[in-house]
Amino acid sequence: MTTALTAPPTMTRSGSVAARMAAIADEVAGPASADVDSRARFPTEAIEALRAEGLLSALVPAALGGGGATLAEVSEGLVALGRRCASSAMVVAMHHIQVACLVRHGDNPLLQDYLRELSERQYLLASATTEVGTGGDVRSSICALEVADGRFRVEKQAPVISYAGAADAVLVTARRNADSPESDQVIVLCRPPGLELEQVGEWNALGFRGTCSTGFVLRATGPAEAVLTEPYSDISTRTMLPVAHLLWSSVWLGIATDAVELARKFVQAEARRKPGTMPAASVRLAQTTVLHQQFVDMVRSSLMRFDEADADGDRLASIGFGIGMNALKVSSSTLVVDLVRECMLICGLASYRLDTPYSLGRHLRDAMGAALMVNNDRIMANNAQMLLVHRGE
Amino acid sequence: MTVDETIRSVLADHARLAVPAESLADDTDLFGAGMTSHASVNVMLALEDAFDFEFSEQMLKKSTFESIESIRTAVSEMTAG
Repeated sequence: MTTALTAPPTMTRSGSVAARMAAIADEVAGPASADVDSRARFPTEAIEALRAEGLLSALVPAALGGGGATLAEVSEGLVALGRRCASSAMVVAMHHIQVACLVRHGDNPLLQDYLRELSERQYLLASATTEVGTGGDVRSSICALEVADGRFRVEKQAPVISYAGAADAVLVTARRNADSPESDQVIVLCRPPGLELEQVGEWNALGFRGTCSTGFVLRATGPAEAVLTEPYSDISTRTMLPVAHLLWSSVWLGIATDAVELARKFVQAEARRKPGTMPAASVRLAQTTVLHQQFVDMVRSSLMRFDEADADGDRLASIGFGIGMNALKVSSSTLVVDLVRECMLICGLASYRLDTPYSLGRHLRDAMGAALMVNNDRIMANNAQMLLVHRGE
Repeated sequence: MTVDETIRSVLADHARLAVPAESLADDTDLFGAGMTSHASVNVMLALEDAFDFEFSEQMLKKSTFESIESIRTAVSEMTAG
């Protein structure tokens, strides 16, 4: 056998990207999840396991040494991971969103080489889009790039950079230059040794505690080619926003799916105790699975909507597509809370207690974050404005 | 008002640019000059009111509103015939 035909050493398991992510969810992320949550610590073991499997480059094309997986495969893997440890799943989702931006928009030799290196070394990417002083509006920046002699320099006060301490590089938004208005943004890949992060505060939140979403003062310098050529507004419209909403929704679907599974087990256990008597919550379970199926189908159809728009080029930038991807985020972040609440009604006090196999405390805490990370009210305001000029599909 | 004057007046009122509208060249990138996507929606609405037409679905994209030149092309297409 030639070496070319041998599987890379990192690919120790067989099976699809989704199946391998699911195995890590069950064997690694799930068992660690309670500790990750209680100590609000980074899910090191899950990320290391994904790294060992070569799964951090799942979305990188095979030609650049990556897994060449589709967004749908990664989405399926994130649902599995979200069922076992939503914090791990959210970290992995955020990483893949950044990778997708580089894969789809990092067209110069430096960024292509970086993707090869990322695939080889299994780098983890973080993101610094929000900034102190912009009121949560990621489409405007205060900090600006200074570019001179072929190098950029930037300093950003970031209220949140999730898992920055564990990341190998950070994608940072900034104004194109010191004279640019707040909305004229670019995105730049910042990596050591040209990357300095000074942590501000702690992360002690209700849910997604393992994402370690603390604030940082970020100072970075590097080659000017690390700045993506396309304006951030286009990268956001065509990739970052739709891919983020698709992959976040997959994580939230994972949380909801586990809650529904626990509710089903609870009702089945009741039924076994008193055969012949319908358990009190059985009709509510039936209603809840209707809602869950809507969620599953919405994520699937949204993945198709993205692929179809992507094949058509111009459609990714259309108002109708933007409204649809925003609707997905609002809908899935609402459904996950609705579903967990329904499952709590089904399981009753067993779900309210923190010491039973049916406990839904962490599900509820994690689910509540979904509507707040890019606030649904902001997203609805954006859709309201787009609807002023939308002409229908 | 000529078409150009109307476009400039709409931009002055709604584009919220970092520079005065009269200083814009025909091909100045309006997004580069500070027009946000929110502001571009208002520009779009004001143009529709000023010229009494509706932009077609294909025209509702960033490139249509990126410069005075591109807006003029779109306006003349919509008002032609």
